[in-house]
Amino acid sequence: MRQFLFFVQKEFYHLLRDPRTMFILFGMPLMQILIFGFALTNEVKNTHIAILDNSKDPVTAEIIQELQASRYFDIVENIRSNSELEPAFQSGKIKLAVIFPPRFQYSLLHENKADVQLIADATDPNVANTLANYATAIILNYQNNMKGQEEFPYTINTEVRMLYNPQLKGSYNFVPGVMAMVLMLVCAMMTSISIVREKELGTMEIILVSPIIPIRVIIAKMVPYFLLSSVNIASILFLSVFILDVPIQGNLVLLVSECLLFTITVLALGLLISSVTDSQQIAMLISLMGLFLPTIMLSGFMFPIENMPLPLRTISNIVPAKWFYYIVKTVMIKGLGFSYVWKETLILMGMTIFFLVVSIRKFKIRLE
Amino acid sequence: MKQDLAISVSKLTKRFGAFTAVNEITFDVKQGEIFGFLGANGAGKTTAMRMLCGLSFPTSGEATVAGFDLFRDAEKIKKNIGYMSQRFSLYEDLTIRENIRFYGGIYGLTDQQIKTKTDFMVGQLHLQDQINKLVKSLPLGWKQKLSFSVAMLHQPKIVFLDEPTGGVDPVTRREFWTLIYEAAQNGTTVFVTTHYMDEAEYCDRVSIMVDGRIDALDTPIELKRKFNAPSMAEVFVQLARKAQRGE
Repeated sequence: MRQFLFFVQKEFYHLLRDPRTMFILFGMPLMQILIFGFALTNEVKNTHIAILDNSKDPVTAEIIQELQASRYFDIVENIRSNSELEPAFQSGKIKLAVIFPPRFQYSLLHENKADVQLIADATDPNVANTLANYATAIILNYQNNMKGQEEFPYTINTEVRMLYNPQLKGSYNFVPGVMAMVLMLVCAMMTSISIVREKELGTMEIILVSPIIPIRVIIAKMVPYFLLSSVNIASILFLSVFILDVPIQGNLVLLVSECLLFTITVLALGLLISSVTDSQQIAMLISLMGLFLPTIMLSGFMFPIENMPLPLRTISNIVPAKWFYYIVKTVMIKGLGFSYVWKETLILMGMTIFFLVVSIRKFKIRLE
Repeated sequence: MKQDLAISVSKLTKRFGAFTAVNEITFDVKQGEIFGFLGANGAGKTTAMRMLCGLSFPTSGEATVAGFDLFRDAEKIKKNIGYMSQRFSLYEDLTIRENIRFYGGIYGLTDQQIKTKTDFMVGQLHLQDQINKLVKSLPLGWKQKLSFSVAMLHQPKIVFLDEPTGGVDPVTRREFWTLIYEAAQNGTTVFVTTHYMDEAEYCDRVSIMVDGRIDALDTPIELKRKFNAPSMAEVFVQLARKAQRGE
């Protein structure tokens, strides 16, 4: 045990003294979560819009106020006639125009029916769609809040309802994905490199000549990365909740346990890589090509698996990140319990045991 | 088993597929002896040494190291030997003190022992000012001397040195051999490979490997007499010329 602690201490020295390692360990997760959370979201924010108010009555004024107040829109122009619309779109100044017909309030109160026209710049159809939905939702919301109009016959038939993500927030998807990526990077790549580095430097020989048991060497190598990964898990969850406003709907203990399980899975993968390679470069390449890319491509995080052709769907089943991604999504975002993810958990456990057994056996053989 | 033998090897063989790296070598090393293990590149020295250290499993033959059977008691052997490899084997991103502490720790030394050893080593190598510096800042000669001292940290019965003075200047090599003599005087058996023939002259006995076999084994004086050569270098060249194997 004392031997083991000495070894762990030494591993921490290696970690803490290498600025690049420290950057990968702590800088990357932070950067990834912030980039994915803020920069790469497909949600719209502060979009420039124009208003053409042909009615100029109290109701339109209130609706305009609502639109302006929302963080999605920024009213940059008040257009006076239809002829000004086209140039505004063409110059790219606005993405959406809201047009109130004349006598808007009158129609609403007397005919119980009024039309609002939304014109969106559909060069980017997804954004246009989202913008129209947002605007519709705001107007609908205003209509529902109108006091004393309980039996308002005016209804909009299209109901847009977003399950689990009513605000269509992009970061909801990214948090589980980033978590999988960061753990892949930290655990698999860094452990495999740290073991291979000792082979490269020749220090592994000295360690093997010493009385320390090889399995303890392996575990001692894993411990620091396991601890640091726990810190990473905590910081990602913290950032998600407090910076990205992605709440943890499910059981925190369950979520963290699943994260720790996945950490062990990935550590085992790193070990497997280190037992089949002899140079740091190759270990890094295998980690990137063999683990990182599938994690991004085939976990369902970037591209929906359901839309993939059958061969790719089949391959995706052996990507551990796919199962982890599903578990985190289910527990963290949908707020469901263990009974919904036990199958996936078992699959991850099976994979972990498989990787561990194979790599420990391989490791021992190589040393003799 | 004979008590005064540190190493006893009989017909030890290592094959890699069809290639026989070490071919039925037989020799004994006495306790406290400085045993030079010579041979051209590719003659099989390192493989033989790796087998004796438990890094490589012999194909056939018998061997006892420090009184323990190589096949049955490999773990007990590990506690009784020190090893310094061809490649520099301390951690460059750790300080001298941390390296000593780590290696002391994995050999099961107590904190008190580690402290005593550290003080002793630092005094012996005059590293008082460098103790808390990273090893990578030291010159090569000092690193090698430090590696040797670290290999001796747990007072092993036998220390294996694989080309310990490669790339080191003559003055430092001389100092290094002073350390080896000190160790031998304190009863440690030294098993050393080298390519420097002047170093071969310093050994008590020398064996010369050619193509996986031991072709000569005796004191340097006897070897020079047998081969009618003025120096060990001449003896070595005569033997190594017979080699069939390329590098």
